[in-house]
Amino acid sequence: MSRTTRLRLFLTAAAVLAAAVLAAALIVAAEQLPGFGGARHPYGERAVAAGLARQSANIVSAVNFDQRGFDTLGEESILFGSVLGAGMLLRLARDEHKRRPAAEPVLPTTRLFGATLLPLTLLTGGYLVAHGQLSPGGGFQGGVVLTTALHLAYVAADYRVLKRIRPLAVLDVTDAIAAGSYAALGLIGLAQGAGYLANTLPLGTFNALSSSGLVAVINAAVGVEVGSAVVVLLAHFLDQAVEVTPRRRNR
Amino acid sequence: MTVLPYLVAGWILLAGLYGLVTSRNLVQAVGCLAVAQSSTYVLLLAVGYRRDATAPVFSDLPTDAPVVDPVVQALALTDIVVGATVTALLLSLVIQLRKRHGTVDPEELTGLRG
Amino acid sequence: MTDTLIVIALLLTATAATAAALTRDPVRQAVVLALLGLSLAVLFTVLQAPDVALSQLGVGSAITPLLILLTVRKVNRRETQPQEGDDDRPDRAE
Repeated sequence: MSRTTRLRLFLTAAAVLAAAVLAAALIVAAEQLPGFGGARHPYGERAVAAGLARQSANIVSAVNFDQRGFDTLGEESILFGSVLGAGMLLRLARDEHKRRPAAEPVLPTTRLFGATLLPLTLLTGGYLVAHGQLSPGGGFQGGVVLTTALHLAYVAADYRVLKRIRPLAVLDVTDAIAAGSYAALGLIGLAQGAGYLANTLPLGTFNALSSSGLVAVINAAVGVEVGSAVVVLLAHFLDQAVEVTPRRRNR
Repeated sequence: MTVLPYLVAGWILLAGLYGLVTSRNLVQAVGCLAVAQSSTYVLLLAVGYRRDATAPVFSDLPTDAPVVDPVVQALALTDIVVGATVTALLLSLVIQLRKRHGTVDPEELTGLRG
Repeated sequence: MTDTLIVIALLLTATAATAAALTRDPVRQAVVLALLGLSLAVLFTVLQAPDVALSQLGVGSAITPLLILLTVRKVNRRETQPQEGDDDRPDRAE
């Protein structure tokens, strides 16, 4: 047995041993976690009670936009920051130029599919944002669905049509305003002497569209921000993939 | 059954990490990172699940009905959005890397170049 | 009944995740990632988390694969690029 064979044998044995130890540790750790499907959820029960006291039917939205409002502000900032960062990284460099996107042939069935689905998806997205405090859905989901709806235009037609229905400069500003308005909405609570992002707006009646006070307002702001941010993000990537080409190099 | 979801979460994390360390293409590595991240969603929701309970939405439920834990669901929601933004930022870094260094193979990126 | 559904969804998710991690070609991986997103959405639905399932459906099976596909298209294009095409004229107006 040569030296390298012995070394390889040793390393294999060590790897198997390490995997066994890791598997054992994982199983022991899983055993120590609260049993799957158990009835004891102390945080969950308190969150449900607090959410119901603030008249919100969808407790997940209540947790995200009211009880953990400050965390979600941080998360929105991450989204905003990453859109900014991607915009910086994917800007038009000095040695690149934009190519005019050409018209592309589309199957008539695809065109019909996209044209039918686009308004339906827009409506679904709007519904999801508007009813975030009542039914499953909310700013994030609705915003992403709205973005998907807009990009069905790319599927049904081509990039030029998408560019026409996508006011990028407006959406850039909308994104910033929505992100800023979330931070500004927190000041309402501060002005009323309760604390930053405290839910001091009128709570309304349970299960009505205008219930749950600040949750509905922040939900709408997040919907606008996520929708415009993802459109801007995808626009940078689409620009890179479809339009931006390097200048012919003669170095 | 009581530990299966946790073990599945651990398995997904390990599978994603394995793909990440053996990757020869940075775009594929970012995809593997997304796989590894999806294990956290499974873990969070598994901790909050409660048998014979419904979703924490009281639109058409009596207010004393048993519901699954809404806190971990809110955490998972945040997790998904942050995961998507991280993916987007990493992919734009990969595009930039391809422009400046002409490769997306991590093996070929040996030293820093201006 | 619910437990059976959960076990099926869990195994489906684990399989899809393993397949996604082992797929080497980024284009194929994007498709497998979309399938993983779909199976995660099913899992979240049987775990009574419709909010999370909706957002996973949008992000995991639409946005992330789309971003990966666009990146691949950008990254792979330069090899086939320097051909004298007439659509390659500069367009500074935009």
